Amino acid sequence: MMEAAIEELTVRDAAGKGEDALLELSLGPHHPSTHGVFRMDVVLDGERVMRLKPVFGYLHRNHEKIAEGASYLASMPYTDRLDYIGSLTNNWAYALAVEKLAGIEVPERAEYIRVITAELTRLQNHASTIGFLTQEMGASGSPLMYSFREREKILDLFEALTGSRMMCNYMRFGGCRVDLPVGWMDQARKVVAEFPRFLDEFERLLTGNEILLARTQGVGVLSGELAIQGGVTGPILRASGVNYDIRKVDRYGIYERFDFKVPLGEHGDVYDRYMVRVLEMRESLKILNQALRDIPAGPIMDAKTKIRGFRPKAGEAYGRIESAKGELGFFLISDGTGNPYRYRVRPPSLINLTVLEDMCIGSSVADTIVTFGTIDIVLGEVDR
Amino acid sequence: MLGEGIVKGMVETARNFFGSYVSKDRLTTVQFPEERLPSIEATRDFPFLVYDGEDWQAGMRCVACQICEKECPPKCIYIEKSKDKKADAVGKPQFYPAVFNIDVSVCMSCQICVEVCPFEAIKMDNEFELSTDDRFEGLLWDKARLSKPNAHYQNIHPTDAAASDAILAEEKAKAEAKTKAAADPKSNATLASALQTASSTQ
Amino acid sequence: MDLEKIKSDIEEAVLDCRLQIVVNPSPSAQHSLVVAREHAAAVARYLRDDAELRLDYCSNVSGVDWLDTETSEKVKTKKLVDGVEQEVEEVRKTRTPGYLEAVYHLYSMEKKHGPLVLRQRTENRGDGVTVASLTPVWRSAEFQEREIFDLYGIVFEGHPDLRRILMWDGFEDHPMRKDYVEPNDYEYEPTPHDAVIAKAAQARETERR
Repeated sequence: MMEAAIEELTVRDAAGKGEDALLELSLGPHHPSTHGVFRMDVVLDGERVMRLKPVFGYLHRNHEKIAEGASYLASMPYTDRLDYIGSLTNNWAYALAVEKLAGIEVPERAEYIRVITAELTRLQNHASTIGFLTQEMGASGSPLMYSFREREKILDLFEALTGSRMMCNYMRFGGCRVDLPVGWMDQARKVVAEFPRFLDEFERLLTGNEILLARTQGVGVLSGELAIQGGVTGPILRASGVNYDIRKVDRYGIYERFDFKVPLGEHGDVYDRYMVRVLEMRESLKILNQALRDIPAGPIMDAKTKIRGFRPKAGEAYGRIESAKGELGFFLISDGTGNPYRYRVRPPSLINLTVLEDMCIGSSVADTIVTFGTIDIVLGEVDR
Repeated sequence: MLGEGIVKGMVETARNFFGSYVSKDRLTTVQFPEERLPSIEATRDFPFLVYDGEDWQAGMRCVACQICEKECPPKCIYIEKSKDKKADAVGKPQFYPAVFNIDVSVCMSCQICVEVCPFEAIKMDNEFELSTDDRFEGLLWDKARLSKPNAHYQNIHPTDAAASDAILAEEKAKAEAKTKAAADPKSNATLASALQTASSTQ
Repeated sequence: MDLEKIKSDIEEAVLDCRLQIVVNPSPSAQHSLVVAREHAAAVARYLRDDAELRLDYCSNVSGVDWLDTETSEKVKTKKLVDGVEQEVEEVRKTRTPGYLEAVYHLYSMEKKHGPLVLRQRTENRGDGVTVASLTPVWRSAEFQEREIFDLYGIVFEGHPDLRRILMWDGFEDHPMRKDYVEPNDYEYEPTPHDAVIAKAAQARETERR
């Protein structure tokens, strides 16, 4: 089954048309719907996709080699630029990997702040993804502006805390950089209290909409077995019915203290992925309410870890978190000096693209764009 | 009924559209640049060098230790140490930067230079409207362009500036206590000169 | 996950297979198993299909470049000096050849355990850079093995579509190797920072010549 999927597909379609009846097209890299500089080489029979090969590398910035030449701290701002929509989760994944490598403990207040910022990041990421999905279906950006109205409030929170809306550079090895400023908790509580009203409005606008239903149900189906085989993680995996959320499996940080469910889909189509994201936003709000209620006072940084001249002992570690797009992992090999010997980012967007061809074979070009939109890739992560 | 979902969606759109005439939080667009949102205090854009007092060269806190140059991830800071010394923020004679250049076309505002500076000498500014048509020289800032008074720092980041001033005041008090303790058993002339050096750097 | 037990189970199940455990000195305690290229696919299939392990999810495939290392140690030997046998201290240099490595992090979505770290090593860094591809076992390795081929030069035998993924098709050499020398594509940049000053001096030299 899986062997058949990666076999060379014959270029003749069922009607036995010759090779010159098929059109080879390059969708991208300059394309408004490809979420960045991404190219899909498709072979079309009329409007049906016969073969699809993703091509990327246009945003390759050599992050891993730069990290080998820089210190551990200097790589932290560069991790912001991987999944540039979720910079705080990238920071956390890197800090987690280094803390595993060096055996650093994180104080409790810092763990709560990390959970709060990660869930806020997940909220604004999912809201934007759904907004962009509707844009690809032709809604010309108006549900997107609803999402962005809420996203602006969350980005204001990030700016008040870290100094920057998107390139936050906030986590450090052993905790967080600065403590919550005065009034931040009240502002955060206000944003979290207003978010359900936006979600209800968003759902009234979209979930029952016949156009959305017609364009997303039954489109881009991904079975659970193929998803596991292909190493797909994140909302796509859960929409195909596999219950695997790293927050529940690895229980990193303090996630076991929070009471939240993991929404699962049944059919694995685009509509399920949309609904899973909406439900995950509601679960994130639950976590945020609990975290904002329970956050203790205390230090935010491990006192023994140095900022400058940080030299972990030789060894290696793989640390991973559930970012909004899937499993984001960092594999670090240290040789005892201040620079890592090997620094590897496991990007969820890249691995999720493995099954793009399987989801899109036989569908029309319009459906391909919609399916591709639900994979929710960010080129900064795919290409590093 | 067919189309019910679309009608519900249209009702939402209408609610937002007509609601924007009535309630402020449905009218979220800010007509920039005529209207501006209040600047958030913690915001960071590009670095600047802090100086105390009136003279930017004498009051510069930077002692050219080059720690920020080493820690800067994209290596956009370039420092050359001076040959002579001048008094720093707490009164000790230190080197100072003869050349201090920051290439803001490379700087990514990560703020690591601020974090590692042990002398409270470099801080983040909040100006972002910095476009120039000179791609090379216009974006390579020297120490004259980078130096701004402590009053400016207190204006843009009041909380951080208060903390920074407290640290410097504490270090100054420690330094003065040390000079007093050193000058005590000696003659009055030494004590007078020590006090004069301490007060002249204020 | 008891690595010793897994090692003995695999060696029982797969014929002629001998694994090696690499101890990880860091507090993360993620020790790994080194598998030879002849048995890699069989071992991988065992790990995926075994009822207790069920490692059905290959999370991460990384390439690592270990350069040739030279260690020198002082050794006392007996030598003839001026006709008299004396104990002389000699410096003996041992050269350990380097190799490239592919590191696989395996998890189980069914049993929710992991990670198990599997390593495949090449013979050397020159012409013996072939290892077995684990893409037929775990499809998630497809793009990641292509990336290792692109950036490190490890050839994965059995990969369905081994070509460059991040660099363009006509690119030569393998950028992530430790001894990679970037091409001399110096462009004038009037801002002095670190390596750029050195590059400018070098470019001026070549221009003058």
